[in-house]
Amino acid sequence: MRQAQEATCACHLMVLKMMRSDDRSAAPAFSWWIALSKAIRRETLIGWLFVLPALTMYAVFVLVPFLLSVRYSFYRWDGIGPMTWVGFKNYRTVLEVPNLLETIYNAFRLVAYFSFIPVTLGLVVASVMYRVATGSFGAAARTVLFLPQVIPLVAAGIIWGWLLALPGLINEILRAVGLGSVTRAWLGDFDWALPSVGLIGIWVLLGFCTVLLWTGMTKLDPALYESARIDGAGWFTEFIKITVPLLRHEIGVCLTVTVTAALAAFDIVYVATAGGPGNATAVPGIQIYILAFTQQRIGLASALAVMLMILVLVVILPIQRLSRETTL
Amino acid sequence: MSTTRKFFCTVALLAILLVAMPVPNPSTAQEVPNCGTEPITLNAYFETGFDLPFKLAEEFARQYPNVTWDIKQDQFTNLINSTPRLLSGDNPPDLIRLPTMVSFAKQGLLKNLDEYAAAFGWNEWPVPQINQNRVAEDSTRGSGSLYAMGLNYSLTGVFYNKELAAQIGMTEPPKTLAEFDEVLARAKEAGLLPIMMWGSAKSGMGLAFPLQNLMAAYGPVEPINDWIFQKPGATIDTPTNLLAAQHLQRWIESGYFPPDINAIEYTDANARFVEGEGVFIFNGDWENARYDTKPGKFGFFLMPPLEAGGSPAAMSAPLTFGIAARAKHADCAAFFLNWVATDETARQINVTVGGSNPGGPAGLPMPSVAPDSVTNETLAAGVVIGEAGTAMDFIANATSAIFAQGWTPELQKMVAGKQDAAGLLKAVQEEYERQLAE
Repeated sequence: MRQAQEATCACHLMVLKMMRSDDRSAAPAFSWWIALSKAIRRETLIGWLFVLPALTMYAVFVLVPFLLSVRYSFYRWDGIGPMTWVGFKNYRTVLEVPNLLETIYNAFRLVAYFSFIPVTLGLVVASVMYRVATGSFGAAARTVLFLPQVIPLVAAGIIWGWLLALPGLINEILRAVGLGSVTRAWLGDFDWALPSVGLIGIWVLLGFCTVLLWTGMTKLDPALYESARIDGAGWFTEFIKITVPLLRHEIGVCLTVTVTAALAAFDIVYVATAGGPGNATAVPGIQIYILAFTQQRIGLASALAVMLMILVLVVILPIQRLSRETTL
Repeated sequence: MSTTRKFFCTVALLAILLVAMPVPNPSTAQEVPNCGTEPITLNAYFETGFDLPFKLAEEFARQYPNVTWDIKQDQFTNLINSTPRLLSGDNPPDLIRLPTMVSFAKQGLLKNLDEYAAAFGWNEWPVPQINQNRVAEDSTRGSGSLYAMGLNYSLTGVFYNKELAAQIGMTEPPKTLAEFDEVLARAKEAGLLPIMMWGSAKSGMGLAFPLQNLMAAYGPVEPINDWIFQKPGATIDTPTNLLAAQHLQRWIESGYFPPDINAIEYTDANARFVEGEGVFIFNGDWENARYDTKPGKFGFFLMPPLEAGGSPAAMSAPLTFGIAARAKHADCAAFFLNWVATDETARQINVTVGGSNPGGPAGLPMPSVAPDSVTNETLAAGVVIGEAGTAMDFIANATSAIFAQGWTPELQKMVAGKQDAAGLLKAVQEEYERQLAE
């Protein structure tokens, strides 16, 4: 039953896992085995034993559900009764039913809000913080920005719902500054619901990106900046020529996490709009949930989940590749 | 009286008794199912936020001290998703609030209650009460075997704010749709919000309430029920339903609903109505307790018919509870369901806490309520609907996802001017057929 949704999580985790495993350089297998003495083999065994608990958990909660999801996607199944083999019919349905395809389009629109804006803004904020706010002020600022990661999203969703409502604070502020004509029920407006959900996403993810990028900056060699400054580089040149290229890995991680969050979005959208109005904010995550749990169409839900996972991988892998290329 | 006459009377009486008594079936005991005398724990799943089942369970345990309750609760939307697993799991509930029932009945997860119906005489109760909980062999609702019972029978219609209504000169509820239209127009002119309603996808689109009421004003209720009960060939895209949808569209375009309706949640709409925003609201008697916190302030009427003297119609659905097919204490759970509708204290709790008609055999006295309460008005309206035979189930319950995937998005589009009446019915019918084809 839960597999369909877990597959969405699975792709998220798998991407993270891949990022880690790629870091190790692969030793040539052949020479490795020849040089293997008894002691080393024993060490390997011990190593595997250490990994085993985590690996078991990973297999049980990620790999098995993932494989089951793939299997379910080829069946018609209500989650309880007998399963009927239908081949690729579920995948064809995803491609044929306009509502389902529309969710994938919405997910890509969310990437702009969940990923590009937080990463860009995060770079700027972290860089400003790194230069001007080093003491306790900086720590306080980072804490404030990171808070959305700590607040339960459901509570945050309710508060955002109030803020963005027609009688809400945001519209009151707009009216106070003379922009009464643009006020609207932001989450109930066909054109503005998705950007509004995007705004909540920016709020949630900006802190994460800022803190990660700021940590990366503190590890950079100050001598680089010093010599750049001697050469007469301004703040912006330093930022473009030194900070951004050297933070390539951190930016890669930020992009990976946020793009995945956008494409596999569920929680933020569910608590803010549940996919409405119309299907203006319907994303694959919501659709998978409705198909699997409300409609009991596990096969179709799994097919959409598998397609979503492939889509996430297709988008994430080039980002991984780019961030890994070393120019220095 | 002579001994001979006494003898004859006794013989006659015995003969009558013998004839009247059913032939004993050797395989089943004649005793009516009950909770026995041994300690017993009923495993139950109730819906969070509704006190009624909890209060009834409390009273039941007081009257039958050998029964204790193990009650778990969850939100209705979560129940929709978790019910299949609860029913098929290792510890199937003896009593569970059922969000939908056809698929569970089909999958053999629900206990067939036909034997209990025979034992308790439920088949003699007013037909509309029981029929909504019947599922036929071909998975259509409305006839066939009984798979659930209602704890009570809710009624929907139009609630109004008496103060605001008086302000626009409405001294008595409108008798025809045209009169209702006139009152709505007056409310708009007076700068009041004519109808408070909710429409966020999180709560589901509330405009399905006025739409269905308009459908029943323009046409008969049978085709609507057939559609909800998934009768073969049933369609929602009928000429009279089109008139109803067009009427709703006119209401939307006239600005009778809040402009931010697509973002308003159910609880907020009700809170705003109780606070005095909106002259009318389409809702159900499950909110009576809240409206009655301000006695005399709110009134209720059934959606008026198209022509004067016509029968009003209303959505009236049972608060459905079922028994898992593999429940350990099915007999006791069935006994509880019968007790709820027939015990005097239980019926009183039902009306006071739940606000709805407790159902049960025709002819049982209705529990007392305050004369100026809105509950008093909804109970009286329930009698009107019962006599006219114009009760309907809710169009949002036709399939498990027709509300989330059909009515809600399409009505939201209509509010935004992106869908018209004809397109609405066509889109929902297509979604309905797509879901049934699965």
